[in-house]
Amino acid sequence: MKSRPKLYTSYLAESQLFPTRTQKVLVVVAVVILVLMPFDLPVISQIPIVRFLGDNVWLRVVNRMLIFTIAALGLNILSGLAGQVSLGHAFFMGSGAYTAVLLGGKGSANLWGWGLPIWIWLPASGIVAAFVGIAVAPAAVRVRGLYLGIATLGLIFIGLHLSRVFPEIAGPGALGRKWPRMQFRLWKEEDPLVDFSRDGDWFWFEVTKNQKTYLLLLSLTIVAALVAANIARTRTGRAFSAIRERDVAAEIMGVPEFRYKTMAFAISSFYAGIAGALLAVLAGQVPPESWGLLLSIQFIAILLIGGIGRISGALMGTFFVVLSPRFIEEVIDWMKHQVDSGGLLSGIFDALISTGDKDGGLLAISETALGYPLPASALDELVYGLLIVVFLLFEPQGLYGIWVKTRNYWKGWPFSY
Amino acid sequence: MIGATMILATTGLDTFVHAVIKSLALGSLYALLALGFVLIFKATQTVNFSQGALALAGTWFLSMIFIDWNVPGRWLGGPTWLHWFVALLLASVLTAGVGLVIERLAIRPMIGEPIFSMAVITLGLEVMIRTIAFDAVNVTPRALAVPWGTDTFMIGGAMIAWSYVAAIAMAGVAFIGVWLFFKTRTGVAMRATAFDQEAALAQGINVGRIFAIAWAAGAMLAAISGVFSSMPPWGPAGMASRDGAFFAFRALPAVILGGLDSAVGALVGGLLIGFAEIFAGQYLAGHTGVLGVGYQQVVPYVVMLIGLLVRPYGLFGTEEVRRV
Repeated sequence: MKSRPKLYTSYLAESQLFPTRTQKVLVVVAVVILVLMPFDLPVISQIPIVRFLGDNVWLRVVNRMLIFTIAALGLNILSGLAGQVSLGHAFFMGSGAYTAVLLGGKGSANLWGWGLPIWIWLPASGIVAAFVGIAVAPAAVRVRGLYLGIATLGLIFIGLHLSRVFPEIAGPGALGRKWPRMQFRLWKEEDPLVDFSRDGDWFWFEVTKNQKTYLLLLSLTIVAALVAANIARTRTGRAFSAIRERDVAAEIMGVPEFRYKTMAFAISSFYAGIAGALLAVLAGQVPPESWGLLLSIQFIAILLIGGIGRISGALMGTFFVVLSPRFIEEVIDWMKHQVDSGGLLSGIFDALISTGDKDGGLLAISETALGYPLPASALDELVYGLLIVVFLLFEPQGLYGIWVKTRNYWKGWPFSY
Repeated sequence: MIGATMILATTGLDTFVHAVIKSLALGSLYALLALGFVLIFKATQTVNFSQGALALAGTWFLSMIFIDWNVPGRWLGGPTWLHWFVALLLASVLTAGVGLVIERLAIRPMIGEPIFSMAVITLGLEVMIRTIAFDAVNVTPRALAVPWGTDTFMIGGAMIAWSYVAAIAMAGVAFIGVWLFFKTRTGVAMRATAFDQEAALAQGINVGRIFAIAWAAGAMLAAISGVFSSMPPWGPAGMASRDGAFFAFRALPAVILGGLDSAVGALVGGLLIGFAEIFAGQYLAGHTGVLGVGYQQVVPYVVMLIGLLVRPYGLFGTEEVRRV
């Protein structure tokens, strides 16, 4: 049996999360590498991607990516597993974020905030968002497909309006209000028990705030991913898939449509709420407009680029979508450096980039320049839109599909089948 | 401008007349935008989220053609307003060209894919077109030189902007045009395609050509409605600005309320949403303490949600036959 890893003799064995021993080992190794990534350790920091992701500046981006992963896992349960189109994911994230600031933020004369510790506001932001999701779910039973997508789009605009109706929660100005810091307190005492928002010492090690936050977020993300993967193989998960494939058929087979659609919305919004709260806390100050349509689109892009309905797809998609703008910026910087130093390829790069003095390059280096030489920020957006289109056109299964194809190719190698 | 009209309309009747005409105008604008969505959805089963970005591109084309290049005016004499309309036509034709390119490159290869994928592909296109258009339009809005500008006239005590009349007239022309188009041979072919693509293909209809026509027409309508929604009462003083890219999303409630695949629905939905928005803004203005400032912009979505709960496929939309 041990020599035939794909032979399953029971359903239980088939539904294992990590069926083979190799996979178990690989997962453990990956987790260990991820945990040790930000610390400048001899061997691990030499692994190519790990080397620069563990860098303290990049770690901020990685932290953001981890939070996006949690939210993407949530949308994956709703759209990937249960098949319900939602453009309102940002709204659920926003409701989580504002719950966090209401419970954990500092109150003043015209701002509400109760200053409660993180172990109250973080779960609460998920739970409140889940209840908002439950309130929205009946609409999903009545309204289907694209109509549901646009109805949930309406949520975003209603949410934006609510933030204007309650300046006591959302903050009066365009900048938004300050979120609580990432600090662990038992209750409202002055000194936090664990402070994730400042550099400091843990045991015998010096750790920066980014490293601390990274460890916290990494553990949350791993838990979130394991829970999401487990949901998919329970009775609930199978009910979700049945509804996705055809809801009428599912109902005839005895899957209560209403209950499971509500559940899908609740779980997905719970993830979104937690992620929204964390995202706002990480940013420190967030304007209400940032919980808008563009954020929702970003998560749909993540799912589609990664491969919809797959946990690993959500992970790969987030990695790609969140980090690719930074990669582009790095590449442009590198090209500029090459041009300046007169490297081997400087002739080609010089034609591509414009250093500001209208030398005919396609890309502008300075962020503020608009118009013909495309600024780097516009290029990010452009590539991002292009990626969505290209992936849908050529690889509807996303990065996960590419991975499966590559894997199957090497499995059969040198034969093509 | 808006403030002035509100103060001048003093008596109850004048307020009412003013509100009715304002609603008709806003409703026509929504209906115009909705018609673009509906045409594209009917032919290709795609909700075109890039409609707003196309609208912005259209206004930018108009600004370039009319202001920067002075196109019909540099060769032709005659009144300026005629030039403006020629430029508008040229701009919408250019936008239609963009629509054709999109259809050919991104939509036609996707035929037969799930509706959701088609919709998301337009979201990606929206990001791309909007980025380019933002970059082109730049931060400072560009003038559009609308012939009637901010001019107004009086009906009784109600002050009416010429833009209102223009929007209503334009919507009338567009809807009559589409209605007539549906009577033609190509129009019948499009209706057949909307009904069943494979059956239409089997009957010898060139479905690809129908798709192209629908996208060109949809993009043209997007450009025209983009220009009209940039006019004084709605847009920023008749300029092409970045806000133009987001105006089309405000028409989505009208599309959904009327039904995604019904031109009549676009008209009725647009007018209903227009009336709801303006009348709520006019007659609930005393309750801003409870409803919040700017509540009228949410009214369309609330109306849409209620409408959807009553009729899940919109007022005139074709109900999907659900089978196991």
